[in-house]
Amino acid sequence: MRKKLMGYVGFANFPNQVHRKSVKTGFQFTCMVVGESGLGKSTLVNTLFNTQIYPNKQPAEPTHDCPQTVEIQSITTDIEENGVRLRMTVVDTPGFGDFVNNEESWKPILDNIESRFDAYLEQENRVNRRKMVDNRIHACLYFITPTGHALKPLDVEFMRRLHTRVNLIPVIAKADTLTEEEVVAFKQRILADIKHHNIQIYQAPAYEYDDEETIAENREVMSKIPFAIVGSDKEFEVEGGRRVRGRRYPWGVIQVDNEEHCDFVKLRQMLIRTHMEELKEFTNDVLYENYRTEKLSAMGIQQDPSVFKEVNPVQKMEEERLAHEQKLAKMETEMRSVFHAKVQEKEHKLKQSEEELYARHKEMKEALDKQRIELEEKRRRLEAGRPMTPEKSKKKGFSFNK
Amino acid sequence: MSSNTLNSEPAAAALDNYVGFDTITQQIEKKLLKRGFHFNVMVVGQSGLGKSTLVNTIFASHLIESKARLAADEPPRQTTEIQTVSHLIEEHGVRLRLNIVDTPGYGDQVNNENCWEPIIKYIKDQHSAYLRKELTATRDRYIQDSRVHCCLFFIGPTGHALKPIDIVVLKKLSEVVNVVPVIAKSDSLTLEERQAFKQRIKAELVFHNIKLYPYESDEDDEQEQALNESIRELLPFAIVGSERNVIIDGKAVRGRKNRYGVINVESEEHCEFIYLRNFLTRTHLQDLIETTAQIHYEAFRAKQLLAIRESTHPASAQPSVASPTATMLSSPMAPTVMSPSTIGSPATMGSPAQSQKYVL
Repeated sequence: MRKKLMGYVGFANFPNQVHRKSVKTGFQFTCMVVGESGLGKSTLVNTLFNTQIYPNKQPAEPTHDCPQTVEIQSITTDIEENGVRLRMTVVDTPGFGDFVNNEESWKPILDNIESRFDAYLEQENRVNRRKMVDNRIHACLYFITPTGHALKPLDVEFMRRLHTRVNLIPVIAKADTLTEEEVVAFKQRILADIKHHNIQIYQAPAYEYDDEETIAENREVMSKIPFAIVGSDKEFEVEGGRRVRGRRYPWGVIQVDNEEHCDFVKLRQMLIRTHMEELKEFTNDVLYENYRTEKLSAMGIQQDPSVFKEVNPVQKMEEERLAHEQKLAKMETEMRSVFHAKVQEKEHKLKQSEEELYARHKEMKEALDKQRIELEEKRRRLEAGRPMTPEKSKKKGFSFNK
Repeated sequence: MSSNTLNSEPAAAALDNYVGFDTITQQIEKKLLKRGFHFNVMVVGQSGLGKSTLVNTIFASHLIESKARLAADEPPRQTTEIQTVSHLIEEHGVRLRLNIVDTPGYGDQVNNENCWEPIIKYIKDQHSAYLRKELTATRDRYIQDSRVHCCLFFIGPTGHALKPIDIVVLKKLSEVVNVVPVIAKSDSLTLEERQAFKQRIKAELVFHNIKLYPYESDEDDEQEQALNESIRELLPFAIVGSERNVIIDGKAVRGRKNRYGVINVESEEHCEFIYLRNFLTRTHLQDLIETTAQIHYEAFRAKQLLAIRESTHPASAQPSVASPTATMLSSPMAPTVMSPSTIGSPATMGSPAQSQKYVL
């Protein structure tokens, strides 16, 4: 229900309060640059922010060993303009697309983006959430080689893998090699390739309550994607005595800040002046939430709408109890087996001694029998009345004469 | 004048009258003009570096088409293909049969391992076809020369250094063919960047021991040596190609019109296309053909014949090169789109005494 106000209330001042507060805390933005080496990524970052964020690359001596994987390097700078502080982080990916075999070269990059999401998810689940640091990648500038033909298989593969996790903004690097017609044709083919493979590059959302001018501006900016850019941190003098940033060739000077020469101005406008907050919001509201939903449902957690508290601790207790019971069961079986073993051993021993005794008993019995027989013999002889000795001696003689 | 043995230096004799054997050069020229020349050039480089455009610019005619993937639903090539196009061009009565070998798909896939193998195989196949023809008992009078005389290797204008795949392929190529490296699309580099890039490339080539054309030779006199030195200074050529004309100072020259300036392809201040064109066509054309025959082909031939001898005498050590033997003896020639009109032989004008095999 929309009601009309009778007088001036004053809540129109609210944006100013927000503004003051956010200026006090400062802003934070993380941007990733991806592309083959030599496409001018570092130069473009320096040009965008008008500072030497990346130092000039020192050429390395030619060696035989070269790195085999894509590295992830990030540089953070604090820059200030008109009292507004910005903490700018740029994540570079040297080695992407430079090897002979580039399969899986997007994997380190995808892992890095997802690990940043994981870190944020973990922070959200902490007990004390006062200090939350947002390290998630808000925008990814993908540099396309200016072949003039179409997207390379590596480009398509990379974009297909990453477009659901990060805001992809494709740019045509070193666009000073392409003529006007070539740029137009190239852009068309790139967009056709992107559409053919169903890749979602970053689209600025259009709000209904924006005024006409902003809508038209936005549309114009978005129509230039992919931006054909040239980067330069050097300044030259052109006719008229002005100093401009650009590149000087024997046939002319290309001015970076001139909209007719390249799309750098539009890129800067979109990235910094108009859509930085949009990019951050999109990352937080859509990309991060999608990732979180996927991850949590993969962990087996169902969303129970009736219960407000988290399902997590209960399940954890269940798991713990199960684990404990399992442990107890294991101990029981262990003890049982030990007992059995001991019993068997004892039985065995007893059996042995039994046999021994039996054997001895048998022996003794035999000896006894023998003695008895001998005694019987003696008695018989005695009763028969024969002298024992001569027989015995005879016997003896026989036995000895053997 | 007598000399002790045939092999010692012959004594110089003075002529009393004009004999006229100095017209042999004109006789050779007439013969060669009748026969025409063969020149086979190969272009190697990733897609989109302007190979087809450059060839069309050098020979000032539309010889090959760009093999770009222009439709979104067209699948990218899965392997390096070899495509040969043959043209007959004529200038002032001199007919040149030009074969251009294009290598679309090289270095374009995600995994580029062994993408150079079809190229090396093609070059070796040409050598082996020539060897087979040479070794037959009844061979042709003039053997058609399909061996690759020159390979233009296109380096992307990154401005940093050579890519790993470039180094590997340059190494392999420089062993079988004359390699001439060029920096493609060099209008993306300023003059300082161009110099720095060239220094880096030269340092890397020296480091990896890659031998590029022109080679050192003892036969060169001072003038030729100086010329070769200056060429070596200039390598790799930083070029821009264009088939279209632009108007500069009222004249129509080949160039590119950008939003910020006009590049004149034929101006030495803008790019080194003129040097490359002169090098290829005006000064070193004959030398390229000769070096292919005398250095690369001879090396291949020596390896092959030794391998054959090893395989027929199995008592000796294991054969040095196993696979080329098989290709030479049994397999068919690689299919090439060449119309068998003129039968030409490599123009070995300089040394008819050395190569008795090539009947003039």
